[in-house]
Amino acid sequence: MGQFLQQLINGLTIGSFYALIALGYTMVYGVLKLINFAHGDLFMLGAYVGLVTLMGLVVNMGMSASLLVLLAIFLIVMVVIALVGIVLERVAYRPLYRAGRLPPVVSALGAAIFIQNAVMLLYGARYRTYPEEFKAIVPEVIWTVGGARISLMQVVMLAIAFVLMAGLYIFVQYTRVGTAMRAVSLDHDIARLMGIDVYRIIALVFIIGPALGAAGGVMVGLFYGRIYFTLGWGYGLKAFTAAILGGIGNIPGAMIGGLLLGVIEALATGFVSDAWKNAIAFVVLILILIWRPTGLLGERVVEKL
Amino acid sequence: MGLLELRDIHTYYGHVHALKGISLTVEAGEIVTLIGANGAGKTTTLRTISGLERPRQGQVLFEEQETNRVPAHEIVYRGISQAPEGRKVFATLTVQENLNMGAYSLGNDKEAIEENRRRVFKLFPRLEERKRQIAGTLSGGEQQMLAIGRALMARPKLLMLDEPSLGLAPMLVKAIFQTIREINEQGVTILLVEQNARVALRLADKGYVLETGAIALAGTSQELLDDPRVKAAYLGG
Repeated sequence: MGQFLQQLINGLTIGSFYALIALGYTMVYGVLKLINFAHGDLFMLGAYVGLVTLMGLVVNMGMSASLLVLLAIFLIVMVVIALVGIVLERVAYRPLYRAGRLPPVVSALGAAIFIQNAVMLLYGARYRTYPEEFKAIVPEVIWTVGGARISLMQVVMLAIAFVLMAGLYIFVQYTRVGTAMRAVSLDHDIARLMGIDVYRIIALVFIIGPALGAAGGVMVGLFYGRIYFTLGWGYGLKAFTAAILGGIGNIPGAMIGGLLLGVIEALATGFVSDAWKNAIAFVVLILILIWRPTGLLGERVVEKL
Repeated sequence: MGLLELRDIHTYYGHVHALKGISLTVEAGEIVTLIGANGAGKTTTLRTISGLERPRQGQVLFEEQETNRVPAHEIVYRGISQAPEGRKVFATLTVQENLNMGAYSLGNDKEAIEENRRRVFKLFPRLEERKRQIAGTLSGGEQQMLAIGRALMARPKLLMLDEPSLGLAPMLVKAIFQTIREINEQGVTILLVEQNARVALRLADKGYVLETGAIALAGTSQELLDDPRVKAAYLGG
């Protein structure tokens, strides 16, 4: 029981990283039917910008590490990566919207390679570690609950992820612009007839998605303490998988898919072996997709004639 | 000078010359119908008016302002809205959310939106009963009501309806057309595209017959109903 609870909590923590990244894939797919292959690298860039911000605020400017500083770091990183997201959309995707479905995908791959190599040139190809000072931000407090060890770090990560996801859900589900975003993902032309500026909605998606992914990047950096320039591939692939698992294009689906994938992986690690976690996670994914080809929440409602 | 005027409109889909010089006038307060066979250019005409297609030549004038360079999402702010062919309701959104999207151009003007909603629910009480239902689960007739209701939420001066009778049982067609007349009596000008020429001409003040991208005939509804060519081609003899 203790083991199960432990893996469940570990899984939810990792799963919340996947979920935050998966949202970016699913939102862009929703409005553009485009797989933004550069998204994983925006997440990675977020982890690096997080490191730089942390160094700047805590190490260089000597700000005492506190929860406030932590929130400031998240905010700065999210804003910076949102700006990168806007630029990416303007430069790499928008000129290609009239060129069909495939050219933007190729452009996305190019952007991914570009971001990765830029980070490698700037920060080197070796691991970078988050400085010791960051430990003061979230003290190493560990509780034992029902035989499982839960760290304060995990609780903070889960809380931030939960707040971000709840905020997004409320925005998309209950606001005028959020509803417009869902309308755009259903039909661009009809959305235009309603007076919705589709390009502005797309730009908004390229603000929100990368910002959430970047928050995930900071979390991974803080949680594991070290980052590397190819971080985006592995996590990007997992998060993309999570998005499909939940039903690509479906926002709550990405959240559930991410958390579920994290939990499956953690349970596989705990009860089988770490070496088998990916194999088991993907077998489960395949089984779920055989059972529900559109993903867990990707229900197709048919328009009647 | 009408509310809406098209002057020698030429629209292309790639290399296909879809509209070959369409000119027509819709006066304020009228019901005008465009009839014609599949592929005659009826829907393209509406798409050109609403800015979804750019005419390569010619002018679209609404309230004497040229609108053929105005982006599609700004057309509704000028006072034109559309219930598109095949209804195209936002299938995964609720009825209420669909109506809210129809009122998107009103911004956060809650009072105006609420007033329009009441007006739409008065025309289509069925929509009020189903306001929390997912639009994709409505029947075809209800989806058509929603498509028209959604277009009315913007408080248009000109309402364009693309094949509202498509796929509906005759009883429902009758009800929908009765409602269209009611909407018109409330002061909304209507441009109606229909394949069902008889029903459309009985409702409309005047009509245009489209054939392969050009206007073949024009006249008052009575003139067209009596025209032997219209009788032979569109009214089943």
